[in-house]
Amino acid sequence: MAQDFLSQLLVYLAAAVIVVPVVKRLGLGSVLGFLVAGIFIGPWGFQLISGVDTILQFAEIGVALLLFLVGLELEPRRLWSMRRSVFGLGGAQIAITVAAVAAIAYALGQPLTVGIVAGMGFAMSSTAIVLATLAEKNLLPTPSGQASFAVLLAQDLAVIPLLLLLALLAPGEKGAEFDSLVAAKAIGMVVAVILVGRHLLRPVLRYIANTHLREIFIAFSLLLVLGTASLVHWVGLSLALGTFLAGVLLADSEYRHELELDIEPFKGLLLGLFFIAVGMSVDVGLFARATHVVAGLALGVVMLKIALLFPLARLFGISGRDAVIFALMLSQAGEFAFVLFGAAGAQRILPRETVALLTAAVTASMLTTPFLLFAYERFIAPRLARGPERAADLIEEHHPVIVAGFGRFGQIVVRLLLGRGIGATVIDHDPNQIDLVRRFGWKAYYGDVTRLDLLERAGAAEAKLLIVAVDNPDTARAAVRLARSRYPNLAVLVRAHDRTDAYEYVELGVPAIRETFGSAVEAGERALEMLGVGAHSAWRFAQWFRRHDEEEIALLAAHRHDQKQLIERTQKARDDLEQLLRDEEGRIRRGGEGGWD
Amino acid sequence: MSTLRVLVLYAHPNHDMSRTNRVLRAAIEGLAGVTVHDLYDCYPHLFVDVRREQRLLLEHDVLVFQHPMQWYSAPAIVKEWEDSVLENGWAYGEGGDKLRGKHFMQAVSTGGHSESYRHGGKAHFTIPELLRPFEQMAHYCGMVYLPPFVTHDARDTADSEIATQAVRYRALLEAIHRGDVPAPFHTIPAED
Repeated sequence: MAQDFLSQLLVYLAAAVIVVPVVKRLGLGSVLGFLVAGIFIGPWGFQLISGVDTILQFAEIGVALLLFLVGLELEPRRLWSMRRSVFGLGGAQIAITVAAVAAIAYALGQPLTVGIVAGMGFAMSSTAIVLATLAEKNLLPTPSGQASFAVLLAQDLAVIPLLLLLALLAPGEKGAEFDSLVAAKAIGMVVAVILVGRHLLRPVLRYIANTHLREIFIAFSLLLVLGTASLVHWVGLSLALGTFLAGVLLADSEYRHELELDIEPFKGLLLGLFFIAVGMSVDVGLFARATHVVAGLALGVVMLKIALLFPLARLFGISGRDAVIFALMLSQAGEFAFVLFGAAGAQRILPRETVALLTAAVTASMLTTPFLLFAYERFIAPRLARGPERAADLIEEHHPVIVAGFGRFGQIVVRLLLGRGIGATVIDHDPNQIDLVRRFGWKAYYGDVTRLDLLERAGAAEAKLLIVAVDNPDTARAAVRLARSRYPNLAVLVRAHDRTDAYEYVELGVPAIRETFGSAVEAGERALEMLGVGAHSAWRFAQWFRRHDEEEIALLAAHRHDQKQLIERTQKARDDLEQLLRDEEGRIRRGGEGGWD
Repeated sequence: MSTLRVLVLYAHPNHDMSRTNRVLRAAIEGLAGVTVHDLYDCYPHLFVDVRREQRLLLEHDVLVFQHPMQWYSAPAIVKEWEDSVLENGWAYGEGGDKLRGKHFMQAVSTGGHSESYRHGGKAHFTIPELLRPFEQMAHYCGMVYLPPFVTHDARDTADSEIATQAVRYRALLEAIHRGDVPAPFHTIPAED
């Protein structure tokens, strides 16, 4: 790489910023945008960047981060419930694709080995493209998204046995003992990751979170993801599989939301870089020389996969609409094909030219997916009768209430609501607090409520009510303002620190509960009782007082910036109260005919 | 005759500002076999503890509502007490026989003159007429309805008059406790 790092970075960013919005505008999705940007700046385009392989390897981290995030959304329990789709649907998809490709290749006069290896490569779909597209179109929680994900997972798991199979197909050289050693190492590493993840990770995360240094938490998140990826990669498993595992292990942890938020931007950028790198690696020269072969191969593969995927999905009970999306989504060949073909070339199972041709076909097939989906949305979807749509099977259940701040105040509110069967999503910024309440069986998440993305994840778009119960008045105010401006339909109730705070919320039109007011009034009521006033009279008196004070706040809110006015009005309000209470007492005493004693 | 345990449910929203009811209540407080239970004091927010009230009822043989007449009826908490404590299946309805055979009486005070409580008077109705919802409640729950103990003119009457009334009230409850119960005061035909 002759150019320095900064100018390379400039080229990537500029290419992405220029091309992606245009492609996205055309309705073709951001993935195609990155791919096209890559072709433009790559060695076959304007030749602005070289060293594609290095970049591709680096950008593969983006795919790993993506899988980590996917893992975070999947609790182990859920993953277990997907076993039928993963092993049944996924396994069948791989086996059938390999068989079909091998048969066709054999019929076209290719040797059986070439057919089998090509089939293995083509069977793999692009995790990056599929997941990024599913996420972009919000399809991940739907049946088609879940089925696609299960198949991708099966493919990820299949890479190891397939690589071992390649070794068997290789002419001579390595023997069977090699296989069992690799397998044992791989299994050992997975077990180690699970054990460490289950027992050690949470204490460490808590320790890190306790430093209250956001940057350190982010750094640790990245370290965690990349560390797991390297460990797993070291024993020959895919990066993505390792990070996915780490994600699943943390899926039911209190730090899940925070981790998601921290990793998200890195994932977005690196995944973009990954697609750019794939675009750059498109061998336009080969394309030009052997257009028919490459295009024919790519389109053939895509059509074959669609033809196999659709009936397979139907067989596994997926409805028509979802089966179509599923088949189109997984129709391309993916980045694992590069790995498999590369390995096959290195082991001299495939001739060099064949590897180049197959790789070009894989890249070309990746370009087709955005167009296919575009065509589906434009032409096919409107024609499919809209049957009774199954309610989206959301990965995370969303409660009607979000409670921010789970301390002395929030806990009582949540307990009361739960008593009525109303669930609440709870957010708190203190890891110790979260840890404590979780030990009592509450579901609580770690995070900062003044962040829009956290509110989004907590389900602010669908929730009915947000209760801001944090004790820091500035945080509370910021959270209320944010919620008001972004979610006008979300009702907000706030814990106000004091009178001044309450004035402010009057202005914002948000009902505020002064945190000590209620208990102070109650104390006054009890004091009256202890001084001999009847309990009911004391209570009525307290209610009078409370109502008057609340009216006064509403009235004085407008003058809160004018000190002189405020004092004058406060004095007047106090006199009013005394008069009011005297009137009330007099009314009771006066009685008269029809009165009572 | 064995002794009867008497439960007085006292309901006055402003006990500390009352004349008559305070004196009447003071006269019966501490009497053997008589429990005075202040509803507004126990439930200042009108939120009645149903189980506790039912337990109290089971422990007594005679139920007395003592309260001022407010708007020709009882104060709000008495109604709330009836609505929540006298449950279907407990006080009435299938298996609702827990009050059967007990006695029920009211000790009421009026702010107005006794002259008002007659046909053609200011109040247009007699006290027993105004108390008919209570009589029917007692009847429906299988209780024996006793004549109400009425103190008129509670606001203007002389202190000595109130003191005399208090002595009568005390004597009445003592007699009931001994088992010397006044004759039933039904206006509802017996066969109903």
